[in-house]
Amino acid sequence: MKARRKEEGRWAWRLTGFVTVCVYIFMFAPIVATVVLSFNASMFGGFPMTGFSLQWYGKLMANEQVLAAFRTSLWIALVTAAVTTAIGVVTSFALVRFEFRGKQALSTLVILPALVPETILGVGLLVLIKAVDQPRTMLLLVLGHILLAVPYVVLITQARMVGIRRVYEEAALSLGASRFSSFREITLPLLIPAVVGGALLAFTISFDNTSASLFWRPAGVETMPTQILSMLKISISPEINALGTVMILVTVGIPLLGGLILQSLTRLKRRDEPKEEAR
Amino acid sequence: MPDRNDLSEVPRPEAAGVARSAAAPGGAGTGQPAVEFRDIDIAYGKFVAVRDFSLSIARGSFVTLLGPSGCGKTTILRSIAGLVDISGGQIMIDGRRVDDVPIYKRNIGLVFQSYALFPHKNVFDNVAFGLKYRDVPKPEIARRVGKALEMVRLPGSEKKLPSQLSGGQQQRIALARAIVFEPQVLLLDEPLSALDANMREEMRVEIKKIQKETGITAIFVTHDQEEALSMSDRIVVMNAGAVEQIGTPQEVYETPATAFVADFLGKANMLAGTVSRSGQAIAVTLAAGQTVEVACPRPLAQGSKVTVVVRPQKLSVGTAASANRLSGRVVSASYLGGSAIYEIDIGGKTSIRANAPITGRVLREGEAIDLGFDPEGCVLLDEDGRRIS
Repeated sequence: MKARRKEEGRWAWRLTGFVTVCVYIFMFAPIVATVVLSFNASMFGGFPMTGFSLQWYGKLMANEQVLAAFRTSLWIALVTAAVTTAIGVVTSFALVRFEFRGKQALSTLVILPALVPETILGVGLLVLIKAVDQPRTMLLLVLGHILLAVPYVVLITQARMVGIRRVYEEAALSLGASRFSSFREITLPLLIPAVVGGALLAFTISFDNTSASLFWRPAGVETMPTQILSMLKISISPEINALGTVMILVTVGIPLLGGLILQSLTRLKRRDEPKEEAR
Repeated sequence: MPDRNDLSEVPRPEAAGVARSAAAPGGAGTGQPAVEFRDIDIAYGKFVAVRDFSLSIARGSFVTLLGPSGCGKTTILRSIAGLVDISGGQIMIDGRRVDDVPIYKRNIGLVFQSYALFPHKNVFDNVAFGLKYRDVPKPEIARRVGKALEMVRLPGSEKKLPSQLSGGQQQRIALARAIVFEPQVLLLDEPLSALDANMREEMRVEIKKIQKETGITAIFVTHDQEEALSMSDRIVVMNAGAVEQIGTPQEVYETPATAFVADFLGKANMLAGTVSRSGQAIAVTLAAGQTVEVACPRPLAQGSKVTVVVRPQKLSVGTAASANRLSGRVVSASYLGGSAIYEIDIGGKTSIRANAPITGRVLREGEAIDLGFDPEGCVLLDEDGRRIS
């Protein structure tokens, strides 16, 4: 009886393991294929591989269009991350710490862009711009990305803000810190993990965005995703695999790097703080 | 509200820890109270948390606001700090009206139930926080932080983070942080409630000691009567947003002004009865049928309904029972070492609690028991639950 149950348990585990592996293969196989094929020597962007080569990366580096798109995307993502994070911190502070009329409505409104399909948002903003007779500019593109990223950043900072007990701020105030000082010295440092997390997420959202960018970009401007799209229209060149690999590197690598920096920062701070204070 | 706080009818210019503001001498020189409430009301929307609260607190005294949760005691404390807006009346700190002064300019020390130490700052930075915002030079900050940490008996803990300290240690640091900049008033919001029982007792003594040493005016909020009785110069007993009684621990315990105070502090026995003989010492026939003699400060008409309040400790048990002998049966007995607590059924659905020193053996459940109390050892309440005086 006992042995049988053990046997069943083992099978259950095997099945779970099998399904898990399948899911992971399904998720990561395309990524692995892209990365592997970007090192293929062949002219055609597919298996079998004919040899190892870095030529496609070389070609990428020489492609002015690609480089311009990369710079554009990088700038837009950086600005989006900075602005969105500031908006997120202020909004979540207001939503969590204050009671005001229409608070519920505001908190729903802020999340709304995340619920509306991107294409609809893209068309909507475009129609609005046309209606007030304004040209499509870089500013519009950046504002659009901010619009897309704000809900996620607000959700992240809000969750963290709820966890920061009000009593810390009350203590700071009672000790003589003004409202601004207590925010700067107490609330913000306690909020930092959410600030960094939110900024990284906003960066990735902006850097990755394809569909909305297609609507909003000014004539002649390409971001990385739109660049890939337009290259695909011509041919499936292995260069695209190389470009895709670069994209993966940026969108996965930057949050990873940020997380590591944050972790080591808090660790360093913990170790250094006492020393620094031994005046 | 009718004046139930008959204890403050005599103004005590020197010794007065607390007096109703109406009776307080006011801001004459040294007699100026450290904190004064004048008819304050506090309302949250339609809910009135505190109504018509007046109190004046002498400099250097330790005053406790005592009451069940929701009685408004914490709200009053927070109103002194400026964390709660009052909807009517005035609050004065050292004679200065503070209603419109923002919290960070009020110069008060605040200790929270949950310690509220800044988790990302070490002990030194936590304690130094208040000094930093008062532009104290750095060497002076270091000196004063060191002194404050010595006072709370945690010297050398400067570099530790709050998460590395126990609850009791955290509360000591919080206390050091609140007193290091010498605030005009120290506010303590149930500072012992989050600690375990042993720690609580130790901290009780410690807080009181530090308050005496520094001579700071302290306002303490608690729902624990033992804390209130052991620490306070004066106790303000509150219920449902209003004051029930103000007095020294002994006054509120021994001569409760209302039925609420009698019951809240020490679970007194409340024996309902009717006056059956008037005079200097009146006779009261209890609901259970017995008749007891009670000293009465003023004559009462025969037939008036009264409640006799007797503390469990004032009841003598067994052969020691002299006057006002009642007999009944033990419902339950708890042995406490030096004394025992008996629940006694004296008939008429009345049960009495007695806390008596153990002379012979501890009586068991169901045994017959005699008990009695001194005619002077009780308090009489009228029909409305107010003390007859």
